Amino acid sequence: MSIDKETVRKVAKLARIAEPEQRLEPLAKELSGILGWIEQLNEVDIEGVEAMASAVDVKLPMREDVLQDGPTGGGQPENVVANAPKTEDHFFVVPKVVE
Amino acid sequence: MTNPADLTLAQLRDALKAKDVSSLEATDAYLTRIEKAKALNAYVTVTADKARDMAKASDAKLAKGEGGPIEGVPLGIKDLFCTEDVLTTAGSHILDGFKPRYESTVTSQLWRDGGVMLGKLNMDEFAMGSSNETSFYGNVVNPWRREDGGNTDLTPGGSSGGSSASVAARLCAAATATDTGGSIRQPASLTNTVGVKPTYGRVSRWGVVAFASSLDQAGPIAQDVRDAAIMLKSMAGHDPKDSTSVDRPVPDYEAVLGQSLKGLKIGVPKEYRVDGMPDEIEKLWAQGIEWMKDAGCEIVDISLPMTKYALPVYYIVAPAEASSNLARYDGVKYGLRAKEYTDITSMYEETRAEGFGDEVKRRILIGTYVLSAGYYDAYYLRAQKVRKRIFDEFTDAFSKVDLILTPSAPSAAFGLGEKTNDPVQMYLNDVFTVTANLAGLPGASVPAGYDRQGLPLGLQLLAKPFDEETMFKGLFALEQAAGANKRPNEWWA
Repeated sequence: MSIDKETVRKVAKLARIAEPEQRLEPLAKELSGILGWIEQLNEVDIEGVEAMASAVDVKLPMREDVLQDGPTGGGQPENVVANAPKTEDHFFVVPKVVE
Repeated sequence: MTNPADLTLAQLRDALKAKDVSSLEATDAYLTRIEKAKALNAYVTVTADKARDMAKASDAKLAKGEGGPIEGVPLGIKDLFCTEDVLTTAGSHILDGFKPRYESTVTSQLWRDGGVMLGKLNMDEFAMGSSNETSFYGNVVNPWRREDGGNTDLTPGGSSGGSSASVAARLCAAATATDTGGSIRQPASLTNTVGVKPTYGRVSRWGVVAFASSLDQAGPIAQDVRDAAIMLKSMAGHDPKDSTSVDRPVPDYEAVLGQSLKGLKIGVPKEYRVDGMPDEIEKLWAQGIEWMKDAGCEIVDISLPMTKYALPVYYIVAPAEASSNLARYDGVKYGLRAKEYTDITSMYEETRAEGFGDEVKRRILIGTYVLSAGYYDAYYLRAQKVRKRIFDEFTDAFSKVDLILTPSAPSAAFGLGEKTNDPVQMYLNDVFTVTANLAGLPGASVPAGYDRQGLPLGLQLLAKPFDEETMFKGLFALEQAAGANKRPNEWWA
């Protein structure tokens, strides 16, 4: 299936990537090339085959519902926000989202 | 006295234990080499002070006759592993200034066992690439050159190009790497190094920047098979912080090296050939089959007809998972935030446009498309089903054989810039490696010979899930038979 310029615009919007107008057409060509090559999967008989999401056959492990020690534990807001571009009092600061 | 940076990891480990050399001497020898090898661009960050501090601490332990299995050994770390308070970039602009407040499980285990960190190794951006040309920090150059006097800069492979180049040039005793579609094995094949991708679940992914979570697996790139075995033992093991990490004891991989292969069945899949593959690779593969026969193995012809569909499946599954994993880079929690924006949506869009390179954007767009309403069943669900067929095919093959022998890559190292115009041509580099990721199998590349230009070529062994021991036995036998232990001329020093 080939992708047109409008589809690229829509997908870029969904992916939250600003693509300049002049990139849309070349991207449509590139993505169509890749998807055209992927099309060969249509030759494969998948009737009755189950979808495989993981290569390991393990159940999702459960753990006790208690506060963890170390980096996955709580009570360390300064570590959580340490790398943020903009913070205030252990909060992430972003442009206004509610009018 | 020999330069400690010329020893293998195993030799250095033994020399350190025998106090023939100190960790500080070895560390300084590597730091001197790294300084002279800037032309290779293998390191993004050199942590010289930290390395010397860790080396001194190791020397203090060694002086008391204490220390872990790799006490005092200087290592390079792919810049995909989070290292506490040390810049971690994943080869991307979008992680500018990111200094994790925690240490990945793999690196913390290496430090637990005595490893010394020399620095962080260059790589394709978010591990997306097969030539190390997508890194924000520039191309890595392969220490190997063609013997035609042309001095063309060649790729060290990707995405672990900094890892393969630094091990080949002896800029570290061994390196960590990761493999989502071939990113350990293809670079190893192109640089005359050993690259081991363990079974999915063998090594914790916690603290490794995620690309495609159902395929990503960390492993070592090392100078020889023994060094890779030592590295994997320290890297592997169950980790409750990774829900896909498997709780099984970690064997002593080094202990199996040299054990007899007599009676092992080696599968040779006829589909592991591609158009335009140099006949030298075909010949090397045939030679590998002979070496295995000489070692007492039985050769079994097998068929894996789904092989040709593995890459197309990968280029749906991996971008789909990546588009989800990389949604976290939004200019809020870490790294880059665009300077110019009007509202929160444009902040996301401008940050991601500025922070991601072309290949990463391409894959996020593909992933978003195949997961979007109306296309999910046609692409993503179909790919998951074909993946199951590939998995079943391997399960069936491994009911008849113990190991599978194939070439590692369809070509020797190619020139930087030669394949960047056509994404699909670049993707074909992983044609022999990607199946192991889809099926979750262990796979490894071992140096096996050289092409007519003198460039290294590798052979790959695939094994049953969690049967790395048999794989290591086979790798060691191939390594012994091939004796392909040349080093590149140090043109960069």
